[in-house]
Amino acid sequence: MASMTVEVVSPEDVLYSGEATMVITRTIGGGEIAFQPGHSAFLGALQECHTRVYLADGSIEDIAVHGGFVEVSNNKVSILSDAAELGSLVDVDRARDAKSRAEERLRHEHDAEAVSALSRAHARLNAAGISV
Amino acid sequence: MAGGQERILKGRIRSMQATKKITRAMELIAGSRIVKAQQRVQAAVPYSEQITEVVKDLAAAGGVSDSPLLTGRKEIKNTCYVIIAADRGLCGGYNAGVQRAAEGEIKSDVVDGKGYEIISVGRKVESYFKFREYRLGQTFAGFSDKPSYDDAKAIGQHVVELFASGHVDKVELVYTRFISAGSQEVVLRPLVPLSQDTVMGGDGKAGSDDGTGSDYEFEPDPTTILETLLPRYIEARVYAALLNAAASEHAFRQRAMKSATDNAEELIKNLSITMNRARQASITTEIMEIVGGAEALGSGDRKSVRYIDFSADDGFGARSGTDTNNSEGIRPTTSNSRNG
Repeated sequence: MASMTVEVVSPEDVLYSGEATMVITRTIGGGEIAFQPGHSAFLGALQECHTRVYLADGSIEDIAVHGGFVEVSNNKVSILSDAAELGSLVDVDRARDAKSRAEERLRHEHDAEAVSALSRAHARLNAAGISV
Repeated sequence: MAGGQERILKGRIRSMQATKKITRAMELIAGSRIVKAQQRVQAAVPYSEQITEVVKDLAAAGGVSDSPLLTGRKEIKNTCYVIIAADRGLCGGYNAGVQRAAEGEIKSDVVDGKGYEIISVGRKVESYFKFREYRLGQTFAGFSDKPSYDDAKAIGQHVVELFASGHVDKVELVYTRFISAGSQEVVLRPLVPLSQDTVMGGDGKAGSDDGTGSDYEFEPDPTTILETLLPRYIEARVYAALLNAAASEHAFRQRAMKSATDNAEELIKNLSITMNRARQASITTEIMEIVGGAEALGSGDRKSVRYIDFSADDGFGARSGTDTNNSEGIRPTTSNSRNG
């Protein structure tokens, strides 16, 4: 089966690097987008989202990506994010707290910061495998 | 007094030993942190390389570089210096090197009649420029030995704001580049505007696979991507500078503390010699005093006995008589005859 190289990089670390058959992420304004091997060159800005990397052996790597960029070229997908975390490393309790706090604030007023906090919390919880 | 001097020396040696322990500990700590800081520098390389690549691809593909962050301004009136050094001292010439380089630049700007803006990173930089009555802008401190990406983000956002508002027309980074544990150098690097040279001169490698730029699909449009990307790029550059500076700081501190430890050792050695000499001298003096005292106590009888001995005419005469007798045979008769 054809595969491509995937790299998820944050400034402090390389979160994930390896072969995969598909990557699903979400761009600003464009909604979810999936990349498969042989995708044409692509450059996009990302939203807070739950990014899924489908590995060659059938398993899925879940990553919470809080903004950033995706670049696809030469059968290689690089996701650059200044804040990203692996789903297995998400602190679920903290994310739940953040979610309820953001929801509480949004109930009273519309606040851009709270909106992005909420979507961050969603991305985290989704990546951790918890449906919200 | 001799004993007093010895005590003073002992005190000095003890305090020297305490100092040595501290400097030795700091040396070891810095040494272990260099390794960690180096790893952090290495870990940041992929991100900055990739983001540099993306910026280049975008610039090549879009031709949408009307953002002042990219094109720069025609007239440069105010230059902003982001000066990165340490929060603490005890690191040899680390702070001084950065400060001197920055101050030189600022002075030449002032001579040219241009304005400046100082963004200090590290407590030492802040106090240095404040003491010399420079006009300080925003100050950042408290993370020089272990900077996080959030710190870089705060600095980057401030820089972008300053530039976007037209307050400054150029931003330069002054920091110490970490080459290896043995060598570091103070460098001055342009940060904004991101001209072609600036991007090429960054910490990322020069791209070889260009030409693919025009084939890119963009989502959303290139301009929007570029606008969100540029601040990220600046943050990444600041972050790389901070990490380099932190690693350099540890390297400088280790070297400084190593020589301090060596110096303390040398001092302790010299002081110990002086102290031992002083102790020996005081012991000798004491022995002399005891001997003298004992002699003084027993002097009454012995002296009188000697006087009796020496003053006895027959004794003296008998001695000289025997001496001369031994040396020659004829003379005794003459001497005796003389005496007689």
